[in-house]
Order: sequence, then C-alpha cells, then structure tokens
Amino acid sequence: MATRQTQTLARLMLAPSVLMLFIWMIVPLAFTLWFSFQQYNPLNPLRDGFVGFANYALFYSNPAFLQSIINTLLIVGSVLLITVIGGILLALLLDQPIFGQGFVRILVISPFFVMPPVAALVWKNMIMHPSYGVFADIARFLGVQPVDWFAQYPLFSVIIIVAWQWLPFATLILLTALQSLDGEQKEAAEMDGAGFLSRFWYLTLPHMSRAITVVILIQTIFLLAVYAEILVTTNGGPGYASTNLPFLVYQKASLEFKIGQASAGGIIAVILANIVAFFAMRAVGKNLDR
Amino acid sequence: MARAISTKRKAVFTVAAWIVALIIFFPILYTIITSFKSETEAIAGFNMIPSGTMESYGAVQDQYNYFKPFMNSVVLSVGSTILALLIAIPAAWSMAFSPTKRTKDILMWMLSTKMMPAVAVLFPMYLIFRNLGLLDSRIGLTVMLTMINLPIVVWMLYTYFREIPSEILEAARMDGASLWNEIIYVLTPMAVPGIASTMLLNIILAWNEAFWTIRLTATDAAPLTAFISSFSSPQGLFWAKLSAASTLAIAPILIMGWFSQKQLVRGLTFGAVK
Amino acid sequence: MKLKTFLLGTCSALLLCGFANAETLTIATVNNGDMVRMQGLTEDFTTKNPDIQLEWVTLEENVLRERVTTDIATKGGQYDVMTIGTYEVPIWAKQNWLLPLDNLGADYDAADIIPAIAGGLSVDGKLFAAPFYGESSFIMYRKDLMEKAGLTMPDAPTWEFVADAARKMTDRTAEINGVCLRGKAGWGENMAFLTAMSNSFGARWFDEQWKPQFDQAEWKNTLQFYVDLMKDAGPVGASSNGFNENLALFQQGKCGMWIDATVAASFVSNPTDSMVADKVGYALAPDTGLGKRGNWLWAWSLAVPAGTQKAEAAQKFVSWATSKAYLELVASKEGWANVPPGTRSSLYANAEYQKAAPFAKMTLDSINSADPTKPTVKPVPYVGVQFVAIPEFQGLGTTVGQLFSAALAGQMTVDEALKQAQDVTTATMTEGGYIK
Repeated sequence: MATRQTQTLARLMLAPSVLMLFIWMIVPLAFTLWFSFQQYNPLNPLRDGFVGFANYALFYSNPAFLQSIINTLLIVGSVLLITVIGGILLALLLDQPIFGQGFVRILVISPFFVMPPVAALVWKNMIMHPSYGVFADIARFLGVQPVDWFAQYPLFSVIIIVAWQWLPFATLILLTALQSLDGEQKEAAEMDGAGFLSRFWYLTLPHMSRAITVVILIQTIFLLAVYAEILVTTNGGPGYASTNLPFLVYQKASLEFKIGQASAGGIIAVILANIVAFFAMRAVGKNLDR
Repeated sequence: MARAISTKRKAVFTVAAWIVALIIFFPILYTIITSFKSETEAIAGFNMIPSGTMESYGAVQDQYNYFKPFMNSVVLSVGSTILALLIAIPAAWSMAFSPTKRTKDILMWMLSTKMMPAVAVLFPMYLIFRNLGLLDSRIGLTVMLTMINLPIVVWMLYTYFREIPSEILEAARMDGASLWNEIIYVLTPMAVPGIASTMLLNIILAWNEAFWTIRLTATDAAPLTAFISSFSSPQGLFWAKLSAASTLAIAPILIMGWFSQKQLVRGLTFGAVK
Repeated sequence: MKLKTFLLGTCSALLLCGFANAETLTIATVNNGDMVRMQGLTEDFTTKNPDIQLEWVTLEENVLRERVTTDIATKGGQYDVMTIGTYEVPIWAKQNWLLPLDNLGADYDAADIIPAIAGGLSVDGKLFAAPFYGESSFIMYRKDLMEKAGLTMPDAPTWEFVADAARKMTDRTAEINGVCLRGKAGWGENMAFLTAMSNSFGARWFDEQWKPQFDQAEWKNTLQFYVDLMKDAGPVGASSNGFNENLALFQQGKCGMWIDATVAASFVSNPTDSMVADKVGYALAPDTGLGKRGNWLWAWSLAVPAGTQKAEAAQKFVSWATSKAYLELVASKEGWANVPPGTRSSLYANAEYQKAAPFAKMTLDSINSADPTKPTVKPVPYVGVQFVAIPEFQGLGTTVGQLFSAALAGQMTVDEALKQAQDVTTATMTEGGYIK
C-alpha cells in the first residue's frame, strides 16, 4: 500500500530517534562495561587496573546483595499490587456520578506532581515521624504507643511512600480506560440482571486489561530505579532491611567511590531489569497486541 | 423512584470519594498548612489551622533566591519537552503509519534504555559532561532530560497517532497533498490533544527529575530540585521552613497540573483505550 | 538552534548568566545555620573586594559531600571554595587536591586556631583548610531529673555513672528515657558516636598493620554496653534516631541525658524551641578511666581545590570567613550567641561570649580533650577521632553502621553484628591493599 518513497521517508523520520537513543544507550553501557572490569577508585588510585570479573565477584559476595535483589523485587511487586488494585477501586469510585467530580480528581492526581525528594521529606517529617508526625499524633490520640515506621517497618514505609506517588498515575490511566467503556454495553449487562461483581469480572476488567498492562509496564521501569525515597528516609537500614539494588549501587559509587564495583552492580541491575521485563512481557504483554 | 435511589447512591459515593481524595491529598495539604506556621507551631502537635505567618517564606527567600531555580526549572522542563517532541513526532508518525515487523521491538528497545540505574553511570557521565564543558549548563541538562524522557514520549505519541484512522490520510493523499502537507494540515490538528497531553506529562517528569539535575549543576543551571536539597536535613528542626521550600518547589507544577488535567487525562492512555 | 536562541534570550533577558567583569567565586557549602548566616553577611566581603562576586551552592550534608567529592576526583572544576570536614582534609591533601593555605593575610593569626582543630586540618605542618566552625560532643542532661534520681553529675563522669544515672532516670510511664543516643546508620551518624565511644573503651578500628579489630573484647564491650543501655534506658525506635530526632526528643523533655554535638547546646538552651531550656546542664563525654573520652572532633572548614583558576580570590574569601573580624561582624549584627563556635581560642577568652553562651567552657574543654592524631588508647596507623581518615571509611563506616543499627534494633545479636563487621572490613581492607 505504502509506496517505496514513503517507506524511505518513514525510515528517515525514525532514524534520529533511534540513532540518538542508541548513542544514549551504548555510550554509558560501554563505559559501564569497561569500568566493571577495572578496579577504579578515584580516591585511592594506587591499585587501579584490569581485574577481570573480580568486581562482579565482590558485588555478588556483598552481604547486602541478595537482600537488595529481594527488596528490589518486593518494592516493584508491592507497589504494583497496591497501585493497580487501589487504582482500579479508585477508578471505579471516580467513575460514579459524584458531586464535585473535577475537584476530587484534582486532589487524587496531585501526588503525581510532587518531586520524589519532596514526597520523601514530607512523609518522613510530617507524616511518619515517631514524635512529630501525624501518625504519631493519631496514635497518641488513640492512646497507643506511636509506631516508629522507618525503624520498625522500613521497607513497608518506603513502599507506602512510593505507592502514594504512583497511585494517581495508575488511577488516571485506568479511569480513562473505564470511561471509554461503552455505556450501552454496561446498560445491556445491567438489564441482563448481571450483578456488580459479575459485570466487573466479565465486562469491566477485560476492558481495562490493556490499561493495566500499560500501568504495569511503565511503572515497573520507574520502580526498578527507586532510590531517592530510600536515601532520604531510611538510608538503606536498619541493617540492609530497605537496601535495594540501585541504592546498593549508589553506596558503591557515591559513598565508597568504587566505580568498578558500582559498574558491575549497574550491569547486574540491567540484567535484572531485563529479566523482570521479560517475565512481565510474557505475563501481560499479549494484551498490548491488538 | 429511580431518581431517589440514584440521588442517595450519588450521595454515598460522593462522601466515599471525598474521604479517599482528602486522605490522598492530605500530605500535600498539611505541608502547605505547615508552611504558614512558625517553627514552634510546626512541632507543637497536630493542628490544621496555622497562624498564617509568612516568616518561613521570608527565611527561605533569604537563603536562596527562588526566582533563579524556578526559571531554570521552567527552561529545562519546557526546553527538553520541546526538543523531545521535535525528535519524537516524526519517529512516532513513521512507526504509526508505516509500521514494520520490528516496530514493536523498536518501541520495547527504546523503553529498555531506561533500565540502566542512573547512579551506576554517574561517574562516566560526569566525566563526559566535564570534557564537553557541559557541567552546570542548561544546554547539557536539557539534552540529558530530553534523552531520559524520549522513549516515553515516542511511545505515547505512537499510541496516540495509531488511533488516527489511516483512511483520512489516504483521502488527503488522493487529493494530492504532499507528505509534508499531510503532516501539517491533516495529521497535526487531529494529533494536537495527544501532543498536548504528551507535552504535559513530559514537563512533569522533567520538572521532577531529581538525580541528574542535582548532580550536574552548581549555580547557573540548578533547578528547583537543587533548591529543595539546600533545605532538606539541616541541623535542627526547621519544618516550617522545609514546608515552605517544598511548597514553593511543587506549587508551579501542581498548579499547571490542576489547570491542564483535562488535557493531560485525554492523552494519558498509552493506547490503553480501544 | 532555535532552542539555543531561546535559552540565550531568556538568559540575557533575565541577567542570569553571570556577570561579565568581576571574578566570580563559586562556593559550595552545607546548609547548617552558621553557613546560611554567612551568606547573609557577604556584603561586608564584597564591599571590601569589589572585584569579587560570590555564588553559593548550598546543599544538605550528604549531597554536598557527594557533589564535591565527585567534582574534585574528576577535576571537574565546578567550585573555587569547598566546605569540607576534618575527614576529607587529610585524604584530599595527600592526593594533592587542595592548595595549602599560605596566603591568608598578615593579620589572620593562624596561631589563634584551637590546636586540636588545626592539627586535624594540617598535613606535614601545612594548613589545608581553615575551620569555619568546630564542634565536639558532650553530655547534655536534665538537672531536675538528675536531682530527682538523687544523683549529682560530675564535670567528667564515667560510663558506669552515666549508665547508672540513665537507668535511674528512666520513667516509661512518664515517657522519660534516661539517655538518648544516635542509632541511625551512617558513618557520620551512629558510627560517629560509637567510634568515639569505643575510643573511651580502649577499642580501635585497626591495629598498626591495618588489621580490623572488631573481633577484640574492647569492641564487644562497647557495643554490648551501648545496646544494653539503650534497651533499658533508651527511646523506642532508637535505631532510626539521628541528631535531629534526638534533638526533638530532648527539647520535648523526653530524655534525661543526650550525648551529641556541642552545637546542640545552643538549640536546647533556646527557650523559644526547647521546653527544658532552663534545666539543661553540661558535662564532658564519659570515659572508663583509660585516658580517652568518648567525644569526637569535627570542623566544617573551607578549602581551596587545586584545580581552581581563582586561587588568590578564593584564599581572600577563606581568610575573611574564618577571621577574627568575621566573628566580630556576626556578633555586631546578630549577637555573640550566634557566632560560629569552636575555631578560635580568643573567642573563648572573650567575656561577652562566655556570658552569651553558658556552655562555652564545656565546649572548649571537650574540643581540647579530643586529639585526632592520637585518638585511641592503643596505637593506630590512622588520623581521626570518630572516623578513620582513609577514603574507604565513608562506605565502610556506613556498612558497619548499618550492622550496629540492626543490632540495636534487635535484628541481629551483638556477636553477629561484630562478626559481620569484621568480615566486611577485612574484605575491604584487603581489596584496598592495606592488608598485605
């Protein structure tokens, strides 16, 4: 159908993006790969040089390594779970006729506009602080001992903050999908006497499956890289309880200046991301095809 | 009868929705409230009614002239968004209207460029920026933010363009429209809502990017993320001041988001709507 | 092209792109009160030096450290003056990354700098950074609660006395904890406190051959003492408490004692912030009779990186900001209580300062009782009281800090934490080439 000319043109139009992104990917990747086989510590340059796979071995033998992988997956998994389920419920609620719908929607999407360090600071100091936080005020009001969130439930606290930031995004996309559901179809189902649950299960959910896939895909990419929230709140601790892979890499790179090990960690993170993406695509990817 | 039920139902849902919305919004609301408290009030326990003092804003302004990082945030987020759109629109157009077997793979590959954790490449990037003389420059950072968000932009535009029925394009072609005219006069008007929504999302993402914008800037190019970093975790309890700085850092994008939420929502589907 | 024009246009329209003629110094500082105050007083400097403009980069401590270290290690040349601590100075000076401060002017009076501080900032007798403010740590305690417990705090208590007093002062029903100590993981957080504390227990990080010492009895005594004490007399959730969290607790009257930075004294004695302002007493950090006390020594200092093109102007600024005249300038504008403390002996001889800061003498005594060049009971190959001035320490201290924080939280035993600390440290030191 398309002429050869338009095809050539199409390639030309695609080329800048592909070329730029290729450079953007390959240059840092090449640097990181190269550094990952070097001992390179700008603060202690005496022993710099090629070390083979030693950096990978060191990064792997780090006592925090396994925990950090588990924590990475826990953060991604829990936040996805909270935001997708919460997002569906919120979308269903906001799709109902309510007074002040526009305003409610504004309130719900607001957290998405808050930059991660601010979100973490606000939650840390104003909400979850064991003596001045709002949660502590509520606990005292109820006459119970305030919970020290970041000490007792460090990973959970981080998950709550991150989920708060991403819930609006999920809600928005799911709501848009929900609103595109054909009104007639809905009414027909209602006429058939289908209850709310069966309508939801057989009509609404399948209709939203594509949107859910999109939410999962995009959020996974961002969630695999969560780090600012951890740095501001728990600093990875206590112990390694809230250290995830990017945070471990950060410790190697910006605290210890072991650039070689940090690079090895970066390569491991890319591999992990690809594995996660592969499984995510296997599980939900077919929803993306039409 | 039916109307009575639906009014009652509406009331129930309204109450439920408002409660949930207020809980979600509460951390932001409380930050804004605290910013109008004095430091003593701020740590004096839960209180929704501030004394209304502006002293924290004064203290923030004394320490850091807000105008400069604000302008940098605007220039960086808008600049990088325009640049990203200029590169992404042709690519998305091409993938949407002349798809090949590999289109989907290319899209996935583009997204995968976001998988390298930024912290792992800080050192090489810093060296590259230094050698190119781009440290603390708005141009360097604009390009950086463009590249970071380009995959998302391409994808969003692609899914949006794909919704445009190709019959319309064919009709235009029949009329003898050149390809360029086809883009300018036929495609663009139909794509404006999608482009607007993409633009808004990208501005938000660029505004809130808080790794490179802090690490690669000093004074000239430092945006509001760096501004907030000069108020976080000081020695002492300065929560009113921190709240004022936080409010100043998020207010512009929050207000923009509120006013443009309809446009944002319209295109924020990533092709999820059939 | 379009974008560039746009950017340039915005720049010139807003006059944000720098000033043409004057030399501009870019100064990186930490966002502590004294530094922020200095930014407000720079007019004094720029009127005296009209050809020098100042640009500030103010960042929180961790981000600042990360930024300046990256910049100096890559020779990025972003800053002309850097605010760094006593930890960085010896390391960076050895790498030749800092310019020696040999041109501070005739009336600078370097001999007036408190010797313990000057010692920490010098390498081979040359000063590489000028102290802007200095601090040690000491005990702040509630006189009323001490009296209620039937005890009198000596000026120089032992750990035994402190632990006993803490347990007696603790009253869980009234939400009073006998002692508040740092527990949050980090080399500058709980490890600053614990390393200083371990010095007083006779422990050390390394022996003369750089062999880690966490498997020795002294460390076990230190950590066990700390964990037990905090369990009996410390606040809930102590493992996430840093300086600010403990400050909050103490100001609300929830701590009987608090051992932390001397700079905290000006907060807890300030009646607008502190509920207990009129009841605070001060004492030296405790010891165990081995000749070393559990207090640290730190000075935020201004240094000039070797890569700067503006070394002369930078030294002029450093000289101005750390001079006696600057102290007087602050005193005249904001009162003696707001003068940056801990850098000059002459300040502590000043009667007006002593009157404005009742904790002045105890601060000076604390600073003087720490010696970064001989920090421990047994000999060590390193410099630094609450840190080890080697590049590996930031990461090492934080990792060990995470383990000790987990021991405090009850997630692992003291023995496990020490065992892992020993392993991690041995691995790092072997990798770094210290252990042959």
